[in-house]
Amino acid sequence: MIWETIRLAVQAIFRNTMRSVLTVLGIVIGVAAVIAMVTVGEGSSSQVTADVEKLGTNILMVMPGGMDQGPGTQSVAKAFKLKDVEAIIDQIGSVDTAAPYAQTSMTAIFGPESTTTQVVGTDNRYLDAVDWPLVMGRQFLSTEETSGRAVCIIGETVRQKLFGNTNPVGETIRLSSLTCEVVGLLEAKGASSFGTDQDDVIGLPIKTFQRRISGNSDVAMMFVSVQDGKSTDRAKTDIEALMRERRRISEGEDDDFTVMDMKQIAAMLSGITNVLTGLLSAVAAVSLLVGGIGIMNIMLVSVTERTREIGIRLAVGAQSGQVLMQFLVEAIVLSVIGGLIGIVLGLMLAIFASNLMAIPFAPNPAVVGGAFLFSAVVGVIFGYFPARRAARLDPIEALRHQ
Amino acid sequence: MVDAAPLIEFREVAKIYGKGEAEVRALDGASFKIETGEFVAIMGPSGSGKSTAMNLIGCLDSPTSGEYLFHGVPVASLDREQRALLRRNYLGFVFQGYNLLARASALENVELPLIYKGVGRAERKQRALDALSKVGLKGREHHTPSELSGGQQQRVAIARALIGNPDVILADEPTGNLDTKMSREIMDLLCGLNDNEGMTIIMVTHEEDMAEYAHRLIWMVDGKVERDGKPTGGGGKR
Repeated sequence: MIWETIRLAVQAIFRNTMRSVLTVLGIVIGVAAVIAMVTVGEGSSSQVTADVEKLGTNILMVMPGGMDQGPGTQSVAKAFKLKDVEAIIDQIGSVDTAAPYAQTSMTAIFGPESTTTQVVGTDNRYLDAVDWPLVMGRQFLSTEETSGRAVCIIGETVRQKLFGNTNPVGETIRLSSLTCEVVGLLEAKGASSFGTDQDDVIGLPIKTFQRRISGNSDVAMMFVSVQDGKSTDRAKTDIEALMRERRRISEGEDDDFTVMDMKQIAAMLSGITNVLTGLLSAVAAVSLLVGGIGIMNIMLVSVTERTREIGIRLAVGAQSGQVLMQFLVEAIVLSVIGGLIGIVLGLMLAIFASNLMAIPFAPNPAVVGGAFLFSAVVGVIFGYFPARRAARLDPIEALRHQ
Repeated sequence: MVDAAPLIEFREVAKIYGKGEAEVRALDGASFKIETGEFVAIMGPSGSGKSTAMNLIGCLDSPTSGEYLFHGVPVASLDREQRALLRRNYLGFVFQGYNLLARASALENVELPLIYKGVGRAERKQRALDALSKVGLKGREHHTPSELSGGQQQRVAIARALIGNPDVILADEPTGNLDTKMSREIMDLLCGLNDNEGMTIIMVTHEEDMAEYAHRLIWMVDGKVERDGKPTGGGGKR
């Protein structure tokens, strides 16, 4: 009997193609939108986390500016000096190494070619800490680092723009008034999670950067790498204590600098992407709701025709329970078809978008199931309840329904 | 069933629509008996309650007061689902507006009562084909109602009424939407069922001509039976 009912429901669905398609469409769009949005959102979130973790979970970043002022508010807080970097290396046992970091945006020129890029002052320890190998040339020599010679290491994007595919090592480029020799080429890293090109960079020894470009002895930021197996939390506390002492912050005063570990940065970044995912999901949920309203409209519009149909069925001897079962099964079959198409379409959209944005494809079974269930519930409610009202009428009233 | 009881008996049946000032007494104490094998026409001016009486006989509607006995069983004692079973097993309907499922083929329309009887697919199809050929629609099994003429649609409806082997066919203005020639064909079909198979037929009509096909005429006025006997012309159309 149940197979008979399902067969009849499927028959009824195909007999009224237009109504069925319109009903299913609402479910399909709603389910597909939710699944695509949430999947892409979660994919980009896990991409951010992965990117940060690639930098190394044993990395700490030390920035001027208190937590409450927001990290990076250098204008308020005093900048670090190279001596601070050395102090961290010398005085904190669990630290493997530390590197200074300062950057500015400049135009680099080679022959007729020019490009605006990020110029970073640092040293070899930075490249080691973040594990960034060279594909051509060499790192800075220690004499170049100490004397502040005009040499640089360039990223792949800068090489493409200035040199094309030729070997840049040994050439000299111009950064405003500074002429410097290219000694190395960094391995291509690609875009970061926020779409910034990590290879669009020129690295100089920090002393060269301070003397010839920034004109001061400031270090905007320090990268500290903690020895393997040593607690980053412990290292962080030690660095905080050392910096408070060096910056003469008296007891009770807040820090005017911030030490962040990668876990915190990852949490912060994935917090941002979670907000975005939430927003997108809200938009998708609205479209699911609109889909539901669409289903409701189609079902209500067809109620006149269906009420007469119910009257006919009751007149030839159908019990209300049998009529209701038919309508319930019809609504479920429609919702299931719509839900499945929606899932497939949503996942396909998500795969397409993930490829386009170069993020991992991260389907969430809970969201897939939830969207499916919601559409099924909407379909059943709006398919079933008008039918139930009609099936409870006296048959003659259902037959007379205009 | 005790065969002493008439097939259908109305005792002072009333049906009142609305309340107070707006009250309409569609049926106002109608009494009659109908025996198995009869061909009864129910006539009367509009508003006389003839269609209401038909809907009550068909258990499509419930009376306000009075008693309706079917095979001696008071229908008021049956619940909704039991009345559905009564319709399914003992009654066949033919309506003025045909009341076919618009998107289903003739065959599927005729099969419909058997689905609810739980008859298997193969048997259902065979019996529906037989019923359709009996009403002269062989070769039109797969047409939908919109592809059939009014007369043909009404034949489909008659086949649907017949297929469950009912005790009585209830025809409410079966020729109301048809021209004279088609009307005559439908009436011949109903008469044939009555003559050859002893099928009980109760028909509501407002056309004197059609009533002449019946054995017996119940004439209703203002919700009451005013005259009950031979048709005016003596049933000479047979």
